[in-house]
Amino acid sequence: MTVQELPGAGASHRVTPPPAWRPRTEAAPLLPDPEPYRVLGTEAADRLDPELMRRYYAELVRGRRYNAQATALTRQGRLAVYPSTVGQEAAEIAAALVLEEQDWLFPSYRDTLAAVARGLDPVQALTLLRGDWHTGYDPREHRIAPLSTPLATQLPHAVGLAHAARLRGDEVVALAMVGDGGTSEGDFHEALNFAAVWKAPVVFLVQNNGFAISVPLAKQTAAPTLAHKAVGYGMPGRLVDGNDVAAMHEVLTEAVQRARSGGGPTLIEAVTYRMEAHTNADDATRYRSDAEVEAWKAHDPVLLLERELTARGILDDAGIREARDAAEAMAATLRERMNADPVLNPMDLFAHVYAEQTGALREQAELLRAELEAEGEA
Amino acid sequence: MSTVAERAERAVKPATMAQALTRAMRDAMAEDPTVHVMGEDVGTLGGVFRITDGLAKEFGEDRVTDTPLAEAGILGTAVGMAMYGLRPVVEMQFDAFAYPAFEQLISHVAKMRNRTRGAMPLPITIRIPYGGGIGGVEHHCDSSEAYYVATPGLTVVTPATVEDAYGLLRASIASDDPVVFLEPKRLYWSKADWSPQSPAAVPGIGKALVRRTGTSATLITYGPSLPLCLEAAEAAREEGWDLEVVDLRSLVPFDEETVVASVRRTGRAVVVHEAGGFGGPGAEIAARVTERCFHHLEAPVLRVTGFDIPYPPPMLEKHHLPGVDRILDAVARLQWEN
Ligand SMILES: Cc1ncc(C[n+]2csc(CCOP(=O)(O)OP(=O)(O)O)c2C)c(N)n1
Repeated sequence: MTVQELPGAGASHRVTPPPAWRPRTEAAPLLPDPEPYRVLGTEAADRLDPELMRRYYAELVRGRRYNAQATALTRQGRLAVYPSTVGQEAAEIAAALVLEEQDWLFPSYRDTLAAVARGLDPVQALTLLRGDWHTGYDPREHRIAPLSTPLATQLPHAVGLAHAARLRGDEVVALAMVGDGGTSEGDFHEALNFAAVWKAPVVFLVQNNGFAISVPLAKQTAAPTLAHKAVGYGMPGRLVDGNDVAAMHEVLTEAVQRARSGGGPTLIEAVTYRMEAHTNADDATRYRSDAEVEAWKAHDPVLLLERELTARGILDDAGIREARDAAEAMAATLRERMNADPVLNPMDLFAHVYAEQTGALREQAELLRAELEAEGEA
Repeated sequence: MSTVAERAERAVKPATMAQALTRAMRDAMAEDPTVHVMGEDVGTLGGVFRITDGLAKEFGEDRVTDTPLAEAGILGTAVGMAMYGLRPVVEMQFDAFAYPAFEQLISHVAKMRNRTRGAMPLPITIRIPYGGGIGGVEHHCDSSEAYYVATPGLTVVTPATVEDAYGLLRASIASDDPVVFLEPKRLYWSKADWSPQSPAAVPGIGKALVRRTGTSATLITYGPSLPLCLEAAEAAREEGWDLEVVDLRSLVPFDEETVVASVRRTGRAVVVHEAGGFGGPGAEIAARVTERCFHHLEAPVLRVTGFDIPYPPPMLEKHHLPGVDRILDAVARLQWEN
């Protein structure tokens, strides 16, 4: 058979592509608006819910105070390390507050504040950073996964959990948090892909705080925004001002609702800024200018909300004082509790490796017990 | 009244290790609705080795899931599923393709119970076809057990018989700890008389078995090397050696008592496995046997292992893999004279 003899040959030189060539999803509705979504300082603020905003204000002030206290605790040697979220409180707190009780939060190592805002006892939330135990709480009881130190590895867990819940007929949404650097990890890609293919009820929240330790976003990705990455997986991407707590609340709520109603996952990029160093071990002056930090101070999440609410008469001096007093009280209690030395049982080293102790571990536990007894006698 | 078909199925007849593995998953899934099977090609195709054959048809796609092609994603999502109360049984297509999932395995799967002080155990079974001898091209024949046994928090088992394939897989799925279940792929089509309806009970995880009793020396082995050791033991009879063969079945936990008792009886030991010798499981076993049996030993504990090389191309693998002759040579060297 020659080309001329092929069926349809000669009729037209146009080729109709086979059906598999056509895209499975319309890309256009998935594309994020390239301008971060804002509410505060815009007309959208007319519809603010005063009650909710006062709650957010109190939480933001408490979150700021929590960050300051935790940082002070590292200086006193009470915490081994604390990755501060000063400047990121709006994203941290909205992530916790948009969830319902049955939902799950999957925080990264930086997101202690989100866990605390979800109601976790601050001392339990700090065991990882204090160094007394990796996870000081029962994840099932609080529906908060352990703070994940390996970057982005908690994202597939969120997908699996949300998928499992849906298979069991439970209306559970998983919200997973990751930094801008974490989006370069393979696990980020695999989690988004699984979530989209399975239509899992997951919300991915990327806090783009400008840096992965010292590396700026421009060296992390060539994508127009991190939210654009969603399109390649077939899920909507949203770009939002991460310092605008009202915008965070709206965008997160919409994504949680989409997930809960079977609409699948969403990728949200919250544009924010890490005001302090990566941790107390980091020297931020090596990779960024004071001018840059100063510029962001004008866009502080607590300030933005306070300005909006006072201008609208939703918040007055008394309200501000009340929020600050409550935050002070929280800090005092935290200080006091963190000043007590944790009581550790060295035999716990062997307690939670396997359901049933192996012979090798039994022997090693005996060795330690003998050493402890000898120490006690000495 | 049972039908002819049912009676036929109940009858003891030759079954392959592959069939016993399939049956183990099928029975576990039928008994426990929280058991889910997932991996690449495990659904419609039944897996590239057909070990999950028929499961998707019987239990549906929600419980037997063809996942995207991403090992970290497969194991990572399995972690989340286990966090929510499911019992995922994950298939890694080939030994060397489990490596992308190592971060999930080592940083999360192995440690979640420990990190959460026992609050969150992860009952995940990770099935991995492993080892050579099937003429596979590179990356299809690795013996990676040393990585797994070196990771605290993982249970590592490997069956060598049809009965154990069924029994150990059932025990692994029932375990509240993550289990790396290493399937010796060259034994997939080995056969034994076996009844799928009333499978014989086998000892659980953590128990080694003396597969052949003897008096002159102990061969300590597992998985793909067991048939080889039994063959060597038969051949050694002509040389006047009466060899005992211990099948470990489980590398972690390690059944030191059975191994030590055997070596104390025979006074001589050779560890046999396909994985490389340097830093391989045999090194650990030889050290333990030496520590516990020093005064009973008539000779140093020897090892017969694969070479310390990347897995060779198929046409050369016969030179790499331990064979009966190498085992017999080692046995001969046990005639220690100082
Ligand atoms: C897999 C992995 N690689 C490297 C690290 C070390 N590390 C800890 S935090 C960090 C930067 C993270 O940056 P980003 O994801 O932007 O989060 P941020 O710290 O800004 O919240 C790095 C490289 C890690 N924790 N995990």
